[in-house]
Amino acid sequence: MFCFSLPMIKIVGYVFDSQLSYNSTMAQLTYLEAIADALRFEMRRDERVFMMGEDIATYGGAFKLTKNFHEEFGRQRVLDCPISEAAIVGAAIGAALNGMRPVAEMQFMDFVTCGFNQIVNVAGTTAYRWGLGVPMVVRGPSGGGVGANPFHSRNSEAWFAHASGVKVVCPAFPADAKGLMIASIRDNNPVVFYEHKGLYRKIKEEVPEGEYIVPLGKANVIREGKDMSIICYGSAVHFALAAAEELSKEGVSVEVVDIRTLVPFDEETVLASARKTNRVLIAHEASLTAGFGGEIAARIAEKAFEYLDAPILRVAGYDAPTPFAPTLEKAVLPNAEKVLMAARKLMEY
Amino acid sequence: MKLKKSDKIPPIKPSKRLTNDQRISMFRFMLQAREFDLAMQRLNRQGRAFGGVYSQTGNEASSVGSAFALGEKDVLFPMHRNIGGHFVFGQDLNTLMLAFLAREGSLMRGTDGTGHYADVNKRIYGNISHLGAMIPVAAGFVLASKMRGENVVSMTYIGDGGSQTGEFHEGMNFASVQKLPFILIIENNQYAYSSPNSVEFACKHLSDRALGYGCHGETIDGTDVEIVYDACWKAAERARRGEGPSIIETVTMRMRGHAEHDDFSYVPREELEYWQKRDPIDRYQNFLLEKKILTMDDITAMRTTLIEEIRAAIDYAVELPFPPAEEGLKGVFVD
Repeated sequence: MFCFSLPMIKIVGYVFDSQLSYNSTMAQLTYLEAIADALRFEMRRDERVFMMGEDIATYGGAFKLTKNFHEEFGRQRVLDCPISEAAIVGAAIGAALNGMRPVAEMQFMDFVTCGFNQIVNVAGTTAYRWGLGVPMVVRGPSGGGVGANPFHSRNSEAWFAHASGVKVVCPAFPADAKGLMIASIRDNNPVVFYEHKGLYRKIKEEVPEGEYIVPLGKANVIREGKDMSIICYGSAVHFALAAAEELSKEGVSVEVVDIRTLVPFDEETVLASARKTNRVLIAHEASLTAGFGGEIAARIAEKAFEYLDAPILRVAGYDAPTPFAPTLEKAVLPNAEKVLMAARKLMEY
Repeated sequence: MKLKKSDKIPPIKPSKRLTNDQRISMFRFMLQAREFDLAMQRLNRQGRAFGGVYSQTGNEASSVGSAFALGEKDVLFPMHRNIGGHFVFGQDLNTLMLAFLAREGSLMRGTDGTGHYADVNKRIYGNISHLGAMIPVAAGFVLASKMRGENVVSMTYIGDGGSQTGEFHEGMNFASVQKLPFILIIENNQYAYSSPNSVEFACKHLSDRALGYGCHGETIDGTDVEIVYDACWKAAERARRGEGPSIIETVTMRMRGHAEHDDFSYVPREELEYWQKRDPIDRYQNFLLEKKILTMDDITAMRTTLIEEIRAAIDYAVELPFPPAEEGLKGVFVD
């Protein structure tokens, strides 16, 4: 087990060096503002795009992400719905089959379970069975670390990665969140889009204004290194970057690969990094067993085994619901400290 | 359903909206559905149809009368006992047989079977096996039409069993709140697999639920095709006027097991006899003969032609191979 006596590493302060070349003007936006910017941009550009969800119009959403949207786009395109996730997702599928590009909000991604049948059995099988696209995005806040209890903290992305026929997106940065959201809305397949609520207002960065697309299925090497790779996504990217910064002081050069989307999975970039650094640590906030990290580890073991100098390690959530009390939550969820400990262990192997 | 032994079979209640040509057309679709059903049962016994074969015998009036009431822009989300609706919406026998027998050229490439296909040009969107799932989907389809200012009605179906799902409730409530031009036909055919109505629900009529949703609801004789047509025609008119969805419960009987493997020994003989006397095709045939709209010779000729057409479709389909194996590895996503 990891020792908790180390001083907490702050998630601020690392150097964020994006590989992306921006050719438009920039604005400093939070993760939440960047997602709202993407939704607004697409709704202005394409009248087929509309939103469905609970408390999204008048109230502006539980996190105020769609604040004032209904004033610009009207209540039909920012549709307040009853507490009926199956109906919200189901109706979004029906609208998508009839020429629209709906964005269905889950007030918390935990409640996607109530629309699970629609996503997995209807949307996820439609391309395969009918040859028809279901251009629908199901989006909402996921993740823990904010004292929100077992029912407002879940990281369920691996369920949909396992479903076949559903794309799964987990951005870690404001600019990526915007670019991936626009790409998701324009995709002709169902996309489940995980927004980490802990990142909503925590991080701010320069986000390109106007049209900005980050294609689905392209991992991002956020930080180049030569001694080990941390493959991660979502909140864990920030733990990895903080750990990498700390490790650099110890003379360890860490490469951080943010996979950004689970489906499609950018195997090529991940394998290239594993072959380059020869040591791999995988980190995600979701619980360990049957988490997406297991899939990443298996792909590396199958295809880059002869390049590895050490076993692949994983840092993930403990196999338990996300608890309420801060002490318990800290024990269950991964953090920068746990990533750092695992990274040191990996280097010592 | 409680049976009254002395219950007389009421005469067909003619619709004022139907011409005799339309009546003949509806009767032909009902016969076609019945003969298609008998053909599938034979193919199943012969081992030439695999997977589930779900008889719709007893359901012809509900399926044909409801679909026949829709207009040329409306969309149909049929369920597994609604083969009649596929015919009403212009589906051809070869297309259906390829889908049912999973042969090369099936609209579903062999990925799925029965009436689960979609044919966008014919405005048919099949169901999935999770009953109730298509209720919000069919509602959402016309939410889109409504947003674009198009006057399109969607119709889907559910049974006395599927009416107990959560998606039934969420979908009907959503459609009612949004006042969507949507019609739900509850085909109460007495049994959900082996479970009688008494196991499934405690309300008097399934259409009573409409009161709770604030939409129109009624329970009708599901073995009288003209009553079904009339109720659905009115429901479609209300929908077009912006008055929201309707729940129409058609009461009929599933005359065979859930699927062909099921001997339906749990159904009391007298119950089957009761419903046998109310066979929707027999009832309509008697009406058409009495009103001299068709002669027995006409009907015999019609049936002969339909059987020949179905045989031709079977001959066409069984000669074709199953889809090539690599199809199974394609198309999980669209471009």
